[in-house]
Amino acid sequence: MSTLLEVRGVSKRFGGVVANREVSLDVPEGSITGLIGPNGSGKTTLFNSIAGTHPIDSGSIRFDGHEISRLRVPQVARLGIVRTFQQTHVYRGMDCVRNMQISTPHSGDTLLSMLRESTAAETERALQLLDFVGLYGKRMLPAGDLSFGQQKLLEFAMALMNAPRLLLLDEPTAGVNPVLINGLVDRLKRANAELGITLLVIEHNMRVIMNLASRIYCLAHGEMLAEGSPATIRDDPRVVDAYLGAT
Amino acid sequence: MSNLTVLAGAPVLLVQLVVSGILVGAIFALVAYGMALVWGVMNIINIAQGEFVMLGGYVVFFLDRAGIAPVFGIPVAALVLYVVGIALYHTIIRRIVGRDMFTSILATFGISILLQQLANQLFSADIRTVRSGLPSLFFADGMITIPEVDLVGFAAAVVVGALLVAFLRTTRMGQAIRATAQNARAARVLGIDTDRVYATTFAINCAICGAAGGLVAMTWFIQPYLGLTYTLRSFMIVIVAGLGNLAGVIVAGAGLGVVEDLAGFVLGSEYQTAFVFMLLVVILVGRNLWLARERRSLR
Amino acid sequence: MTKSGRSVAAAIAVAVTGLALPWIVPSITTQAAFLWLMILFSLTWDINGGQMGYNSFGNVFFFGVGVYACALVQRDSGLSYYAGLGAGIGAGALAAALSALVLGPAMLAIRGHYFAIATLGLSIVAANVASAWEYIGAASGIAAPLFPGAIGDRAKFFYYLLFALAVLTFLLVRRLYRSRLGLAINAIRDDEDKAEAMGLHTTRYKVFAWSIAALLLGAAGGPVGNLVGFIDPNDLAFAGATFGVWMVLMAVLGGKGTLWGPVIGAVVFHVTQELFWTWLLGWQRVAMGLLIVVIVVFFPTGILGWVARRRTTAA
Repeated sequence: MSTLLEVRGVSKRFGGVVANREVSLDVPEGSITGLIGPNGSGKTTLFNSIAGTHPIDSGSIRFDGHEISRLRVPQVARLGIVRTFQQTHVYRGMDCVRNMQISTPHSGDTLLSMLRESTAAETERALQLLDFVGLYGKRMLPAGDLSFGQQKLLEFAMALMNAPRLLLLDEPTAGVNPVLINGLVDRLKRANAELGITLLVIEHNMRVIMNLASRIYCLAHGEMLAEGSPATIRDDPRVVDAYLGAT
Repeated sequence: MSNLTVLAGAPVLLVQLVVSGILVGAIFALVAYGMALVWGVMNIINIAQGEFVMLGGYVVFFLDRAGIAPVFGIPVAALVLYVVGIALYHTIIRRIVGRDMFTSILATFGISILLQQLANQLFSADIRTVRSGLPSLFFADGMITIPEVDLVGFAAAVVVGALLVAFLRTTRMGQAIRATAQNARAARVLGIDTDRVYATTFAINCAICGAAGGLVAMTWFIQPYLGLTYTLRSFMIVIVAGLGNLAGVIVAGAGLGVVEDLAGFVLGSEYQTAFVFMLLVVILVGRNLWLARERRSLR
Repeated sequence: MTKSGRSVAAAIAVAVTGLALPWIVPSITTQAAFLWLMILFSLTWDINGGQMGYNSFGNVFFFGVGVYACALVQRDSGLSYYAGLGAGIGAGALAAALSALVLGPAMLAIRGHYFAIATLGLSIVAANVASAWEYIGAASGIAAPLFPGAIGDRAKFFYYLLFALAVLTFLLVRRLYRSRLGLAINAIRDDEDKAEAMGLHTTRYKVFAWSIAALLLGAAGGPVGNLVGFIDPNDLAFAGATFGVWMVLMAVLGGKGTLWGPVIGAVVFHVTQELFWTWLLGWQRVAMGLLIVVIVVFFPTGILGWVARRRTTAA
């Protein structure tokens, strides 16, 4: 397996606060990689750095061999990296189908191509993916009318619609009804296995991430603390310490 | 640009423009501070700000014509506009507090047009001014002229500003206003009647504008359509200085006054207002570029 | 009747009325011509306003550019009347669209209420510069060339021109909202940061949408200038306190972000205004100011929004 995402020595500070210090990680193509750590350890900052939301202070981020740390958000997205957010971001005034239709990949778009209506194929795919996440019955509702958990599912479906190579998921199960979590985890696995999407997942739910990921990185106080298989991480005393110390 | 070479060749002219700019800038700063107050406390950008100035000017003008000197006319103008502010608050403003910015901009724009046209209908479009009868002071061999009335205007603006700051710092209502500006919900929980705070804030702003209008009538002139220029001047000063930054407002106000005077001299008075608004657009574009460099991160 | 059936019926009714009006009631031809202008104003505003979330208070800038461009072509090109007019309208549309393409990237990078005020500033700058610029007539403005035809024919001619432009605008806008570009600008309105994060070329689409509005506004400039016969920089071309704010208001009144909302808003607004003029004369502007406040405060979702809410509470 080749390395799809290569983060080397990335540091980022905001004013006096060092959010990330010399963070390095590898995400192999086709894998599910986990990123854990107590609150405030810099996980979302790292995601923001990868996605291009802000520039990094030092280090390098390589996607499929290309340096992307100086690219802007839309450019990074068009290369095939899509991320979801802790607070859901969907287009609240549009119905679910339209949310999906505008989430197609945009790397080939020109003004001319945007002047046509959505194709039948695009709409079909949109409905398929809505069904995949269980939102088919709500497809005509405005996204703003969905519950928080449903919006998370929609956001996930929109991400899949964008046909990314790498999906950055920021706490996908947070706020989701525990009854529905298993179904969500199952869909994440299927997205990875059937659609070939590489996943990098921030998670607080240990049961979920141990089940999901093949390799896990643990951040604490902005630095990489430990990495390894779920079993290794679970038994690592430093990881346990970091979490206990944080509470 | 021949005026530019004139300026370069006669630095004393520069001093003249800078001094008169600072003097008029004090009035700008006063009006801007009022706008910042309403913006900070109620999250409303008051497009009708300039119209309140205009109305204050008319009050002083008509009182002066009736034989009442501006020194009394200005406090009366402030009082009249205070009452107008209370009335406007209870009829209109109360209903748009808490709504989005677009609504408040559109609504206050409507009030602006309403007042502007009302003034036009009632007072005609003629230019009015209040003759102070004060002499001009001459410096540097008569090269620098400073009308005494401009100094009076400057001093009055400073006095009103100081009174306002004292009010906000020392009185209970002033403290209530500042608390509401910080966190309206918390203020309500603490028992502060935010409705009264909003009404008072808005009315105080109108009063300030009224007083400033009297100063404008004395040092310059009044006509029904001068409102928008004052509104946009205030807006410029507030976004350059930032909300809650009194020193910044003063400096920005003086700066704007100077820049306007220079522009009026170099470009000609017909282009002076165009320059002011162009500056506004440039400031907004520039501010945006500067913000974009920092790039907020999404949560 | 189905929703699309209602739409078609309404469209036919409007088209028939529009075509027949100057023959049925010739005395109101000029006012009716302005009705079509108002519809064009509110539809073009809503492209960037209600549909895209960029509330411009300065779209009248593009209208004014069109007015002056046409007047200058007519004055200086030496072409015969109709050729000059045609070239002028084309020049107006082009000049306006070009200015949107040039100014767009910088202006549309500004968000929210700052954008509103920046565009307001832009239109006022234009009004002031136009009032001072000798070449284009300064404060005295420019007179339109004499219409080669009977007096009654002039109003009719420009009525149909504006009617055609309004219809063209409606059809264009309807097509736009059905396309993926329409989806894109709605997405930009609902969550621009998300749209960027999904890879949308947001700047490109924002500027293009603004340019379409500018193109149509610029095209309308020439006919209006010729209809009125005289171009005043402050009261006609860059009339910020009238046309500029009415554009916003009509769309809000009818229901912004919808297709028919701006049309309904324009009709109600214009008819009300004509009534004010007839009954209140000098005080009509005061009444307009009051009307703006009433609409904004009591009808924030507009007529269509109010109807929709009545329907859901009744159901």
